[in-house]
Amino acid sequence: MSAFLHTSLDVVEEKISAVGKSLGDQRELYLGLLYPTEDYKVYGYVTNSKVKFVIVVDSSNTSLRDNEIRSMFRKLHNSFTDVMCNPFHNPGDPIQSKAFDGIVSGMMVQTG
Amino acid sequence: WKALRRPLSTVKQVYSFKEKHHGDLQGAGDQSLFTSLYTSLAQQLPREPMEWRRTYGRAPKMIHLEANFVQFKEELLPKEGNKALLTFPFLHIYWTDCCDTEVYKSLVKEDMLRWQNSLRAHGSADWVIIVVETNDNKKKNKTNILPRSSIVDKIRSDFCNKQNDRCVVLSDPLKDSSRSQESWNSLLLKLRTLLLMSFTKNLGRFEDDMRTLREKRTQPGWSFCEYFMVQEELAFVFEMLQQFEDALVQYDELDALFTQYVLNFGAGGNFGWSGLLLRRPIDMEKRDGIQRGEASLLDLRSYLFSRQCTLLIFLQRPWEVTQRALELLHNCVQELRLLEVSVLEGALDCWVFLSCLEVLHRIEGCCDQAQLAANCSHTVGLWAYATDKLKSLGELCGLVSEKEPTSEDLNRTVDLLAGLGDERPETVNSLQSPYKKLKEALSSVEAFERHYLELSHAAMEMYRAIGRLRSARLVGKSLAEFYMRKADPERAETFLQEALKSYVSEGWSLPVTHTRKQIAACQKLLGRTEDYLQTSALLAGDVNLTTEERKHFCQEILTFAGKSGDQSQKVTLSMGVFTQLTRLQFRPATASVHSGAVLQVELTLRCLMPVSVHIQQLAASIHFDLERGGTNGRSKGTQRQTNPGTVEFHQSNSSAGPPSSSAAGPPLELDEIQDRSPSDNSLNSTGVVCKNTHLVMRRHDSHSPPDTPNCVSPPAVAMKEGAQMLKVQDVTLEPGNNSIIFTAPSGQPGTYTLRQLYATVGQVQFVLPHIYPSVQYEVYSQEPQLTVEPLSEPLLAGLPQMVKFTLLTGHYTVKKGDALQLSNTDTMPILPSSSCTARISNPAAEIIFDTYNVLSIQSSEKVTSISLPPTPPYHTLEFHLEVLCLIPSGDERPANERLTNGEVRHRPRSYSHPDTPMTAIDQRMSIDCPWSIYSTLLALTFYIPFKTKHSLLSAGNRKYIQVCVQNVSDVNFTLAEVKLTEKQHATLELQSLNTKTQQLLCSKHSVFCLWEVRWKDDLPSCLQCVFSADFSPLNQDISAFKPFHYQFQFERVTTLYSVRADILPPAGEQHCRSGLLCGLEVCITRLTEPAEGELAEDSKTDTDGLKTTKLMYEVADSSSNWAVCGKSSGMVSMPMAASATHKVQIEVMPLFAGHLPFPKIKVLKYLPHTAAVAIQPDPDSCVENDSLSLLDKALDDQGDTASIRSRGSVHSVGSGDQQQKGVAMPRLEPFSPGQVFNHSYTQQVLVLPATDDHIMEVNAT
Repeated sequence: MSAFLHTSLDVVEEKISAVGKSLGDQRELYLGLLYPTEDYKVYGYVTNSKVKFVIVVDSSNTSLRDNEIRSMFRKLHNSFTDVMCNPFHNPGDPIQSKAFDGIVSGMMVQTG
Repeated sequence: WKALRRPLSTVKQVYSFKEKHHGDLQGAGDQSLFTSLYTSLAQQLPREPMEWRRTYGRAPKMIHLEANFVQFKEELLPKEGNKALLTFPFLHIYWTDCCDTEVYKSLVKEDMLRWQNSLRAHGSADWVIIVVETNDNKKKNKTNILPRSSIVDKIRSDFCNKQNDRCVVLSDPLKDSSRSQESWNSLLLKLRTLLLMSFTKNLGRFEDDMRTLREKRTQPGWSFCEYFMVQEELAFVFEMLQQFEDALVQYDELDALFTQYVLNFGAGGNFGWSGLLLRRPIDMEKRDGIQRGEASLLDLRSYLFSRQCTLLIFLQRPWEVTQRALELLHNCVQELRLLEVSVLEGALDCWVFLSCLEVLHRIEGCCDQAQLAANCSHTVGLWAYATDKLKSLGELCGLVSEKEPTSEDLNRTVDLLAGLGDERPETVNSLQSPYKKLKEALSSVEAFERHYLELSHAAMEMYRAIGRLRSARLVGKSLAEFYMRKADPERAETFLQEALKSYVSEGWSLPVTHTRKQIAACQKLLGRTEDYLQTSALLAGDVNLTTEERKHFCQEILTFAGKSGDQSQKVTLSMGVFTQLTRLQFRPATASVHSGAVLQVELTLRCLMPVSVHIQQLAASIHFDLERGGTNGRSKGTQRQTNPGTVEFHQSNSSAGPPSSSAAGPPLELDEIQDRSPSDNSLNSTGVVCKNTHLVMRRHDSHSPPDTPNCVSPPAVAMKEGAQMLKVQDVTLEPGNNSIIFTAPSGQPGTYTLRQLYATVGQVQFVLPHIYPSVQYEVYSQEPQLTVEPLSEPLLAGLPQMVKFTLLTGHYTVKKGDALQLSNTDTMPILPSSSCTARISNPAAEIIFDTYNVLSIQSSEKVTSISLPPTPPYHTLEFHLEVLCLIPSGDERPANERLTNGEVRHRPRSYSHPDTPMTAIDQRMSIDCPWSIYSTLLALTFYIPFKTKHSLLSAGNRKYIQVCVQNVSDVNFTLAEVKLTEKQHATLELQSLNTKTQQLLCSKHSVFCLWEVRWKDDLPSCLQCVFSADFSPLNQDISAFKPFHYQFQFERVTTLYSVRADILPPAGEQHCRSGLLCGLEVCITRLTEPAEGELAEDSKTDTDGLKTTKLMYEVADSSSNWAVCGKSSGMVSMPMAASATHKVQIEVMPLFAGHLPFPKIKVLKYLPHTAAVAIQPDPDSCVENDSLSLLDKALDDQGDTASIRSRGSVHSVGSGDQQQKGVAMPRLEPFSPGQVFNHSYTQQVLVLPATDDHIMEVNAT
């Protein structure tokens, strides 16, 4: 699981470099489906500061369309930004924020 | 003739329904006529493109229309509800070349009517009548011919009800004239227009029907396959129009609908797993299956995909094929799983494998090698997928092992291959069909290996080529697993290490753990004990593993460690994986001790093992640096820069988790920047800039963290044997933090650096090769050091003062009997005290021997010996001693100084200190110490608390001496026993006019004392006086009084002249009046006989034998009360005899009324130069006024300083340059104070206001 999560970074990098060349900072943060496999779908999202988010969805889950994934990422990004804005958070440390955990597990529950 | 429009796609395309086309021939019409025109019509119709305007707002397109002409038969007309679009007759044409009216009326019209009726019956409104006329026809029937136009008109009136364009005339089509050409072209245009019109109309109707059908899909009885055939018809039409995009859309819609359908209803059934077949444009076999409603899910998907693939390749988008293929394969697998279709195990893998290869084959078939290489990123997914599937097939069929497959495996293989069926005819003859490949791969272990490796390497190569290194490594890892199953750990390890490296460098802890476990297995198989143990250590400390697993790996190490010692193989492992040094603490915290002292080092080790581990020895090697000059540094011991007592070692906690923030990079270095405008320096902007962005912003995932635990392979650990070690035997490290205390060696002075840390567990030794940040402690050796300082500032001279002796013993041990020898000096005696005690404290400033060690102090004539109590090295010995600095009596004659020239060094010199008004004295001490052959020289600074001034006061002949004592210190004193004595003249009596015996002298205040000088015979011209007083700080008993002496000297004390003055009112007036001239009468009287010195000095003998001296007087009024009229100064010649008197009259005028003080009268010595005797200046005029004013000034100055001018010769005023300017110039010299007594000094005279002065000044406040 984390092995292909890892490999999905290949595609993330590929997409970032491809996008970076063409559009500069007007780029779309959502990278779309990165890496379809038999069992999972891996979606990617990269913030302007090159923080990468990856969402892995079970392939059998057809209720999640691109738009849902996109909004999930946006939510995740907002929550992540809040965590980073916390002056007591040390960038690089593992995130220990209840609010962030809540958002993430909320999304997990929602997607079933 | 009726034409059936048939759009053609490319010529090469051969469609199965071509054969079904049917022609339509007009019954009575001339078939030979159409046949003669057919070829050119069919050829020229598609030549020109037409703009196709489309419904639903779709963009118009230019299309070429091609038609198929078929003879008219009524049964071929489409029935109601017809779904076939491809065979649909779009336009019906009636051809005639009739030009005879009769013929028309009898035959043609009837035929046309029948034709029209049948068309109408089938609801077809798309028809046209073409009348062909030729000149031949005209000529043949010239006689009974109607004009040509009349036939056409007739037809139009009969059939073309307001639709004149439905009847077209074609003239002489077989002639090559411009007229016939023109008519031919207009016919073509007409046909195209009508054809397109009909096509658009019918297509629209078809689409509407199709949509209606689609909307019914929720109704029972609706068949997807039926609908499929309808929409595919539309797709075929678009395909033939070469509108591949639109055709593809149809299939995509079908695809999406099918997905929905599958999800909603399910579509099952048996199926084979022969894979996709993409070699035929249309797989009729499957299509028929669909048409019959017998297709399985995979069949339907396969057929759909083959169609999409064909269209995409037409559209030259082969890379979309690969992408869609991957999606399709994933999707199908998912769908089958979702539908819970039971399939033979491995069947899906076969299907996927075959399909992958088929797609790849299809793509390879339509692209050249360069294109393929450039687009690896599109195909590599399929390669990897195929590799994966082949691997799982191999595993299923027992092909991935050292041994041959079992019979069970073989049965499974046979079943799988049977499911494939026979090879398709298309590929039977090709050597490398997917079918053959799969069959071969499953045939034997060796063949499987060959195929699998080929695929794996191909996938890896491609991933590498497109820079997806992580993916390549994942394939590598899978390959490693394969090798492991094949019992080939050597090859496996390479791939695993590579994968591990990338996981470690990017901080992916779970894959790291997983890969590491595989590596451990690998290394164990390879028998690489050291590496295996190192990996085991890493895994034993890996929190991602279960405790059981960790214990297992830990036990592996302990088992090895516990092996008997005869196996002389020792293993050295990196310590970081076993236990981490987190903290190091020195006791004492300064980490700096003198040699021989106890220094403890406490290490905090975090043991990562899951169980407690017994360590035989824990040692830290030390690098020793002999400190240069470390042994003779006097102050080094105390001023040395000391380490912080505690060193924290930061490292990433474990191999798990991303690099912690401590490793996240250097701290920001921020600077303020200000941008100022160059013209007026005003601030434009200001901001903060980070100076080390290049370090801070450096990518962190691209460089591996420096700490060892994450290292892929254990670093080569070099053990350096140091001469000195910190050692502890037999420690048990519990999981978590352990504290271990070492006692550090501190024998030799120098710097000790901790280098490496070793932990020995049986045969295993864990080594921390570098302790970083470096940890040092210092051992120093210090020379004994003696300092003397005041107990309290400032030290006052003249009073007993406490000074503090501090002895830092350093390396010297003070033994019993050791003593300090102080050389005594006269000026600073040491006051013996019975209660002199010493205090000894250790280096930590704790008083250890506070036993009131009484020092025995013995003074002999030359030295004072202080015997010290025994003191250990590196201790501090402190004691206080009372000393007294004598105040120098102040008057030191130059002669004295010259006389004592040899010992001037020892005599303390006083000087004025800039920080204090007090005069300072530096007192030197010379001390002989037992540890050194040299004397220690020390200096103390004392301050004299007093400043003393003396002055001589006269009243006529009587003399008074005044002494002023000023207390400049901050202490209040009591002054007692104030005395003044004269040293040389015993007859002289000094009568004290001081009444008090004791006096308070507060800080910053002064006390004045006065004595009258009385003498019997003669007043000596020189007086040498000693002022003495006792003083003590206020409120202290009498024993505390200390003497204070002050010597001074007066010269020329005797009063020589008295000056009297009288102011005479103007004549006739009783009092002076302001503004009126008065007379000032000055009377100078000599009081004494000349003394011997005076005669020699400045007298000259007059012609009459009388000795005279010249005096100069001057009247000056500095307060502007008086105006001196006429001469203000003059010269008098005084006989040198007692009572000689000289009177002078001077006119002065009072300027104000009131009691005015007398004008000042000064008398000066006038010394004519000896060389200038001959030139006798006129006594009244020789001194110029300006020289007098100069004198005036100088005299004032002189007056201020007169009292302290107690020694040395009296210099003439202005003598310096005046004498050098002209030798003839006489000199003026003031008298010493007391030599001239001025009676008028404080006298006043009453001055009345002027009579006519009516103005009165009134000041009201």
